[in-house]
Formats: sequence, C-alpha cells, structure tokens
Amino acid sequence: MKELSVNHLLGIKYLVKEDIDLIFETADHFKEVINRPIKKVPSLRDITIANIFFENSTRTKLSFELAQKRLSADVISFSAAQSSVKKGETLIDTVNNILSMKVDMVVMRHANPGAAYFLSQNVKASIVNAGDGAHEHPTQALLDSFSIREKLGEVAGRKVVIVGDILHSRVALSNIYALQMQGAEVKVCGPKTLIPKYIESLGVSVEPNLRKALEWCDVANMLRVQNERMDVNYFPSTREYAQQYGVDKALLDSLNKEIVIMHPGPINRGVEITSDVADSQQSVILDQVENGVAIRMAVIYLLASKIKQ
Amino acid sequence: MSQKILLTAKEVNIILHRLACQLIEKHLDFSETVLIGLQPRGKFLAERIKQILEQEYKVASIQLGFLDITFFRDDFRRGEKPLEANKTQIDFLVENKKVVFIDDVLYTGRSINAALTAIQSFGRPSEVELLTLIDRRFSRHLPIQPDYRGRQVDAINNEKVKVCWIENDGEDAVYLI
Repeated sequence: MKELSVNHLLGIKYLVKEDIDLIFETADHFKEVINRPIKKVPSLRDITIANIFFENSTRTKLSFELAQKRLSADVISFSAAQSSVKKGETLIDTVNNILSMKVDMVVMRHANPGAAYFLSQNVKASIVNAGDGAHEHPTQALLDSFSIREKLGEVAGRKVVIVGDILHSRVALSNIYALQMQGAEVKVCGPKTLIPKYIESLGVSVEPNLRKALEWCDVANMLRVQNERMDVNYFPSTREYAQQYGVDKALLDSLNKEIVIMHPGPINRGVEITSDVADSQQSVILDQVENGVAIRMAVIYLLASKIKQ
Repeated sequence: MSQKILLTAKEVNIILHRLACQLIEKHLDFSETVLIGLQPRGKFLAERIKQILEQEYKVASIQLGFLDITFFRDDFRRGEKPLEANKTQIDFLVENKKVVFIDDVLYTGRSINAALTAIQSFGRPSEVELLTLIDRRFSRHLPIQPDYRGRQVDAINNEKVKVCWIENDGEDAVYLI
C-alpha cells in the first residue's frame, strides 16, 4: 500500500521519484474514469476544497475545479480581484477565514514565490500550489511529464529542451526538477537575457541556438514570453524574438526527426510557435490539457487520503 | 499462523463447473449478458468462469470486463492503510444488459454496494446478479446476497478467508486463516 511522502504539494522539489510514480499510476486510473460515459467518482464527497487565485488563470483554475468536481468534492472558488484582499486583508487572515468555514484543502495561485510554502507553515489545511510567482507550478510539470510518458513510453533517458522565457517561468523550474528526477536530460534555449544566471547549477545546459536545440531533443516544451512579469525590455521586439526563438512548420520539417511539441498555454500564436505547429500532429498541447485534469484528480485524491478524520 | 483448508483444487474445480452450468441455465447464450470481475481478486475467478464456459460448454463470445471499485468505496480516509486502485477495463456499455458481478469472497457486502454504484458509470443495466465463490454467512452489513454461490462458510470476524488461484498463488485452494 502506497501513499505520498508529503502532506502538501508545494513544489516538485519537495517530492521524491516514488511520489511521481504513484501520482502517474493514480492518474492512469483517473484518465480511464474521465473517459467513461459518466465521468465522476464519489471518493471525496466529504471533502471541501477552496481554490484561491490571486493571479489570473483560465486553464489551471478550470482544470482544478473540474478535477475536484469529478471527485465529488465540494468546491468554493475565489478570485482576489473581487475579494477583501483589495481592502488590505493579509494572506493568513484571508485563508484562516476561509478555513473556519470547514475547508480541508486549499489550492492557491499567488504572485509571490514561496507563498504556498508560507501558507503550509501557518494554516491547518492541505495546500496545493497552483503556481507561486516565478518559482514552481508542480501540477503543470507533472502533467507535462505524464504527457511525455504517454507519448514516448517513458520519461527516463529522453532529451527535453525548454524554449523561451526561462527567467520568469515557474513551469520551467518545476519541469527541470521533475524531468531530472525521472532521469531525463534537460536543456534550455532562449535569449540570454531570459536565461537565469545560475541555471547551470541545476545541472541544465544552455543552448542559445534554437535549431541545434531542436535537433538534439526528443521533446520541445515551448514557453510563453511572460510580458506581465517584465519590468524592462529583455529583447528588441516581438518580431525579432519570433524570428530567432519561434518554431514554425518549415523549421520543424527541416529537422531530421519528428519531435514532440508541448506548450503549457496560453499560446501566443505567431510568437513562440506558429498556428500550423500548434495544430500539427506533432503537438500534444490539447492532450496536455486533458491529462491535466487526470493529474490534478490524482494529486487531490492522494493528498485527501492523508487528511485524517 | 494456523490455517485450515476449506476447499481443495479438486473441489474448487467441481464448484466452478457447477457455477458455470448455473449461469448457462439462466443466461443461455449470453447474448444479453456481460460478466464483470471485481478487482483485484474477482478477476481470476471471472477469467476462470469465462474459460470454462468457452472451452467446455462452447459458449461463444462472452463479454468480460473488470471493475475497480476503489474510488467508490465508503471507507475512504477511514482505514489505517491508503486504498490502492486497480485497472478498470470495460470496453462495452452495460446499458440494458444483464450484468453478473463476480467476486471471490462475499463478506460485509460493502464492496458489492460500491460496485453497484460504480457500474452505473457504464450505463443502466437491466438486471444485476452476483456470483461468489465463498459466501461468509452471518457477516453482512448490508442486505446483499449472492445469486450463485460456491460454498457457504461460517467464519468469525478475525478469521480471514483466502482464495488462491494457480495463476497467481501457485495452487487452486481456499483457506481459512
């Protein structure tokens, strides 16, 4: 009988390989469940979950909500824009007020790195990090690896290049941790200004040339340029970025092998990838979204099973 | 640990043939019937019954699926050990079919209760029956009884009935532990 080694999902950094394996095995079962005519199981009918989003989100929020509803949990969702946070309430106060309404689990997205960790130290509930600033986005990394495993059989030994805005990306960091833990090789590729200075200390090499990076890899994970986190100009123009670091069909077809294209969304079509690439056979972008629900069901189910009555 | 043999390989074999015959008596050519083995241990019994029906009684094209009830159990977070899921494999709809649940031991009836909920995800069966190799008498928590039973057993609560299958445990036998 297996269970997770952690009581919260704060980041991939806090997990061990066995946790990832267990999450994937459980997600396999849930993927079968969400393809049934009736896509719902009653496991979490006595669990209440609050989704607290201090930053905008479409996919992640919907995916978490759907995962919770498919597990029959009671769900309350909360966006900071319409809340008392604007009136000056602190994070701990906000969450403790929600918890006094008998909530068992909190899924939180926050602009500050470490917000989920901070919360886990200060409130009594199981915390799931749905993205904390440019730090970690663990469920995204899990669903990315799960999609690679589904497409290529296994993650171990695969070569993955993460392309784009590594500096501002929580998806990149979580992916680096998750992929390395499973024995994959990781490179990053992007403009020098968008590569963190000490990225090599994570055991990741930098390949500034996109064509070389694509020729090396089995999987390319294309990241969005996070304009909302940029206070200065990191590259001359979007056009120049697209020319140097955007993947189009011609580039893809000129490679001597077929690589898998991933994107965590939202896509800026024509910037990091063109439309024909995003919609091509090689792209698993929509599979990633489907797998996201299964992965989040698995994470929530496994964490909930550790909440004692 | 002391253990007492309840059924030998020979007895298990005779009982499986009887159960197969009882199924044929009721379901004839199985055109409207599907067999559902309950994971994890009902799978072996279901496969064996299917094999006997096909090979010895020449019933063709039996639909067999496996149902995992982990996510439908009523003891989530109540036990000491975490629940472990198994594969559900039902490649057909059960809408308007006669469903026969197959499990090795019927004890409290809670698994069958969960299975009755779980099977609804695959359609609305016209009828549901239960086939079990061992029926532990006087231990039911719910009003659930088997339609086909191999052997009735009286066992006290801290005793365990273990069904062994040659493909998994090296022999066909039933023990009281």
